[in-house]
Amino acid sequence: MAEVRLRVNGADRRLDIPPQVSLLDALREHLGLPGTKKGCDQGACGACTVLADGERINACLALTVQYADREITTIEGVDHPLQEAFVRHDGFQCGYCTSGQICSAIGMLAEHKDGMPSAVSEDPAAEGEELTDEEIRERMSGNICRCGAYNGVVEAVAEVVR
Amino acid sequence: MTSTHNTTREPVVGAPVDRVDGPAKTTGAARFAAEHDLAGLTHAALVTATVSRGRITGIDTSAAEALPGVVAVLTHHNAPKLNPPKRVSPVNMSTMVSGTQVNYLNTDEVHWDGQPVAVVVAEHSHAAREAAALVEVTYERLPATVDFAAELPNAVLDKGNMLMPTGAKKGDADAALAAAPVVVDSEYSTPQHHHNAIEPHATTAVWHGDELAVHDATQNMAWLRAHLALRFGVPEAKVRVLAPFVGGGFGGKGFAWPGVILAVLAARATGRPVRLSLTREDVYRTVGARTPSTQRVALGAGRDGKLTALVHTAVTRKSPVGGQPEPAVTPANHLYGAANIRTGQSSVTLDWIPNTAVRAPGDAIGSFALESAIDELAYELGADPIELRMRNEPERNPIDGKKFSHRMLREAYELGAHRFGWADRSPEPGTTRDGRWLVGTGVATAYHPQLRLTANVTVRLAADGSVTVRSGLHEIGVGAATVQAQIAADALGVPFDAVHVECGDSALPEGAMAGGSMQTSSVAASVLAACRKLTRRLDTLARRSGTAGRTPAEIVAAAKVPYIEAAVGSDTRIGKAAGQARFMARTARDMRRWQKAACGAHFCEVRVDADTGEVRVSRWTGAFDVGRVMNRKTAVSQLRGGIVMGIGMALTEEAHVDPRSGRIMNPSLSGYHVPVHADIPPIDIAYLDEPDPTMPLGLLGIGEVGITGVAAAVANAIHNATGKRLRDLPITPAKLL
Ligand code: FES
Ligand code: FES
Repeated sequence: MAEVRLRVNGADRRLDIPPQVSLLDALREHLGLPGTKKGCDQGACGACTVLADGERINACLALTVQYADREITTIEGVDHPLQEAFVRHDGFQCGYCTSGQICSAIGMLAEHKDGMPSAVSEDPAAEGEELTDEEIRERMSGNICRCGAYNGVVEAVAEVVR
Repeated sequence: MTSTHNTTREPVVGAPVDRVDGPAKTTGAARFAAEHDLAGLTHAALVTATVSRGRITGIDTSAAEALPGVVAVLTHHNAPKLNPPKRVSPVNMSTMVSGTQVNYLNTDEVHWDGQPVAVVVAEHSHAAREAAALVEVTYERLPATVDFAAELPNAVLDKGNMLMPTGAKKGDADAALAAAPVVVDSEYSTPQHHHNAIEPHATTAVWHGDELAVHDATQNMAWLRAHLALRFGVPEAKVRVLAPFVGGGFGGKGFAWPGVILAVLAARATGRPVRLSLTREDVYRTVGARTPSTQRVALGAGRDGKLTALVHTAVTRKSPVGGQPEPAVTPANHLYGAANIRTGQSSVTLDWIPNTAVRAPGDAIGSFALESAIDELAYELGADPIELRMRNEPERNPIDGKKFSHRMLREAYELGAHRFGWADRSPEPGTTRDGRWLVGTGVATAYHPQLRLTANVTVRLAADGSVTVRSGLHEIGVGAATVQAQIAADALGVPFDAVHVECGDSALPEGAMAGGSMQTSSVAASVLAACRKLTRRLDTLARRSGTAGRTPAEIVAAAKVPYIEAAVGSDTRIGKAAGQARFMARTARDMRRWQKAACGAHFCEVRVDADTGEVRVSRWTGAFDVGRVMNRKTAVSQLRGGIVMGIGMALTEEAHVDPRSGRIMNPSLSGYHVPVHADIPPIDIAYLDEPDPTMPLGLLGIGEVGITGVAAAVANAIHNATGKRLRDLPITPAKLL
């Protein structure tokens, strides 16, 4: 067992867990925060996306013990205009990928603001390039939506960013 | 509906209303099946078989049991007895819900690679998973038949039934084919598809004495409840199934697969609440998928393009322990007015988990073959593919001359062609180039037949003006509660916000399963009937108390009652039997009188990399005849969702099965590729919004029609771009080079 102190959604949390427990299982099973979803448990779907110091990570691929001094934000701690935009643009159907889509989009917007290029960026060195729909699609491609609400997600993100 | 108290207001049916559960789903508040915390909760994990057919000769559970935190390891040696599943009977539809005929953990027999052979229960999920990996199972292997392609010569003709006819005949199609001036005759094949709902199947089960409560990821609460009652030997009334939110289904959560049975079994064995969340790999191995298919479509036509012969045959797979033929030839019975038609369906039997419904069973894969073949014929004739279709558009159902309840395929093509800019297309393949990209466009018809179940509903109008609709509806992403609230609001003339829909609980009046595109229309019919009853009651009250012309709330308040209520259908045994009889009678009558379906036209533009064979879908228009649309926002989303899944089917989706062992080799989302954001362009959706006169409010179900025809539209566009005709899905770069 390992004792871990975490900061989650602004609160200090203490856990006694075996060191192999993923951050995703810690959130869902040990901390009562099931808003973060598990779709594959192997980094392939993005349903488990949370923010660590504002950076998007797959919580299923993160060991809890490695995040002891990071500020974790889950969907339960998110308060962002994207949430209403998702509803307005119907950026989901079943809602199971939605926590991940929203956290991922928040992290993605920050990456873009920091000048991080994507595979479709015209000039990877250029700063302040516009976040086109194509850019949004590329940068959000780690988040699968099997219901196929992709158009709505892109519209919601585009509305918030423009 | 006319009534004394109707206020004039904009109808909310049809409006793009936001989903009522939007806030719950965007804040993380929505609780799915694996997210219910119960005192003393334990976690379960499955051990699955690694042989396709055989007998368990030994199970060593000692290492697993010794692991700290393990509560129990259940095998066929120590698991509680289960009643075997009932044979499937059309009289009791809930018998159809059993995924397989296997009595899990009550037998040493193994029927497929992936059948659960042990369940570990532990205090935490990590311990359960670790312990499951420590269970050692030995088998006696028995000869197994697992190779679909190798078994094709042994295919046996299917009989089919009323709801799922598997073949039909008009005239002598083979003679007409032999005599036809123009013939195309090809084989098509489609692989095994998996639903891959993003929420893996999960169950949280708790027993209180002989009472069972189950939170389950299900599209079918009522039948699951009946099934669990049967398997565990308790009265149905003691079983409660809850499913307020389900993370996608697409057919995969329609039946009771091993997970839910074993979670309940584990809870009974341990006396503790049990949560069983399948791993993604478990979902691949323990839930049925879409059968692979091979199909032949042969078309004979005159030089004028009139079809003289249409032959469509298909072979799909079933299992010795369950499964239905997937009726791939259905579209060929309805789409074209050919003078002679022969369709037929056969099956091979493989030692596999039974196949199951995946979005638009039959129609999704059958339309790939048929709609590709029509495109091939158009090319052969030098005709425009839309023009060819319209030349063969029938006035009546081709196979038997029944009337269409409604069919506006012609108008859908006109609408779509206009929006897409079809007129600008170059019909000659390989002639449009943009740098290294070959650009092409294609069309195909979407088609999905309609059925309607019975559903029980109560509607209550309270003195404060609020309306509560109660029905065991399933919210799997279709916006079920939102749409029924819209319908009730209009029917009663109250504001949308005044209506609250209670759903997702088998303790509510029994709703309809969320499958076959049937839920919305089935429940809508009952909501309307209940609202009519309520309105009549309200009118009587108003007359008695002299409050005619006042609002519904005022009338109820003046009558000094807390609420008035109306019910449609009954959940008693007799009530259910009556409902079932009504369903059978209405379905039989309907099917005699009408051919009823949603249809549409897909327009697709692809760009194919001339050097690598990579295909990008760059533009899409879908124009649909789906009757009257209830909610512009959610309907468009559902149609788009079908198209997205169809694009996956066209280009990437395929389970690879080892033909020697029968084991899936890519049971993960990193090995089985579903479309991601970057694969999907903006999808333009148009619909005609013309009511079907035989359906409640004129609506047709839209959950499945979107996916039908999509793979053919993509394949036809690829042909237009490259001149290559690909008849084997998915169309991967390797096949294009
Ligand atoms: S659950 Fe983490 S990426 Fe799928
Ligand atoms: S909303 Fe269902 S998977 Fe995205």
